[in-house]
Amino acid sequence: MTNRYTRTAITLHWTIALLIFAAFPLGVYMHDLPLSPNKLQLYSYHKWIGVTIFLLAVLRMAWRITHRPPPLPGMQRWEKIAAHATHYLLYVLIFAIPLSGWLMSSAKGVQTVWFGVLPLPNLVSKSKELGELLKEVHESLNFLMLGLVFAHVGAALKHHFIERDDILARMIPSLKRTS
Amino acid sequence: MKRFLIIPLLLAALPAPGTEFNVLRPQQSSITFVSKQMGVPVEGSFKKFTAQIAVNPAKPEAGTARIDIDLGSIDTGSAEADEEVAGKAWFDSKKYPAASFSSSGISSLDKGRYEVLGKMSIKGKTLDIKAPFTLKQEADTLIVEGQFPLNRLDYGIGSGVWSDPSVVADAVQIRFRFVVVAAKK
Repeated sequence: MTNRYTRTAITLHWTIALLIFAAFPLGVYMHDLPLSPNKLQLYSYHKWIGVTIFLLAVLRMAWRITHRPPPLPGMQRWEKIAAHATHYLLYVLIFAIPLSGWLMSSAKGVQTVWFGVLPLPNLVSKSKELGELLKEVHESLNFLMLGLVFAHVGAALKHHFIERDDILARMIPSLKRTS
Repeated sequence: MKRFLIIPLLLAALPAPGTEFNVLRPQQSSITFVSKQMGVPVEGSFKKFTAQIAVNPAKPEAGTARIDIDLGSIDTGSAEADEEVAGKAWFDSKKYPAASFSSSGISSLDKGRYEVLGKMSIKGKTLDIKAPFTLKQEADTLIVEGQFPLNRLDYGIGSGVWSDPSVVADAVQIRFRFVVVAAKK
C-alpha cells in the first residue's frame, strides 16, 4: 500500500489551506472597518472564498469517503488518536465555518452572491439577534480552527524535523526521505 | 328575500363608479427600494412620506400625484448605512431633507397598466422620469402599485468614492404601493 495521499486529495488539501490563509486574515481585518466601497468589496471577496471552500469541502469529503488515506506509521496510540481527532475536527470546520458565515449573511439580510453572479438562497430570514449570535458562532469556530491549525502544522513540522519520519511526505511526496 | 336585500346594500357600500380616490392610507402604503451592492440585492425603505394622489379608476389618465419623501426616514437595513447615506456624498439630507415627485401626465399602456410621467427632485436636481403602475380596486380602496429603475448617479447620490457602479450599481429599483380611499362626503 502506498504511503501517500492521492494527487486529488493533496490538491484539495493545499487549495483549501491556501484559501483559508486568505479568508481568515481578511475576515479579521475587514469586520472593524468603517463603511466604505472597499469594505463592501472585501466582504464580498471573503464570502466568495468561503463559498468556494465549502464547495471544495464537499468534493473533498466525497473523495475522502471513497479513498482510504495512507496509514500513520510508527506512531504511538495516543498520537494516532490525537491526529485523527484533529483531522476530523478540521473536516467538520471546513463545512461548519462557511455555513455559519452563510447563515450569518442571511440573518443580517445580505444575501450571498457567489462571484457577484450566482445567488445563494437565504437560509434564515432577517433577524438582528440571530445575526449577532451567528457572528459569535462564526468567530468562535474560526478561533477553534486557528488553534487546530497550529496543532496540525506543529505536529507535521515536529514529525518532519524532529522525528525525521515520512508523515509530512504523505501530503508533500517530494519530501519523502526513505524509498 | 333577505338575500335580495344584501346585494343592494353591498353595492351601496362600494364607491359609486366615477368616484375619485384621493385620501392616502399611510399605514398600508410603502416606498421601498432595492440597490445592488457587489451584485447583491439589498432592500431598504422610506418610513415617512406623504402622497397626494387623486385618481378616478374610470378615467385614470386624468389622475394626479405628488409624493414627498422624508429622506431622513430611510431604513437601509443597518444603522451604520443609514448614517452613511445621510452624508454629503449620498443624500446630504441636512441640506436636502426631502425628495419629491410631481406628476405631469398619465397614459394608458395596456389593460390595467398605466404610466405616469413627472418630475423627480432629489438633492437639488430635477429630472423627468416615468414609472409604470397598475390600479387595483379592492373593496373601498384603490391600490396604486408599480416600480421603476432610478439611476442614482444622475442625481449625484453616492458620489466620490461611492460612484463606482461595480460596487453599488447605478440603477436602484424603486417600488411604490399606495393605498387610497375616497374622501368621505
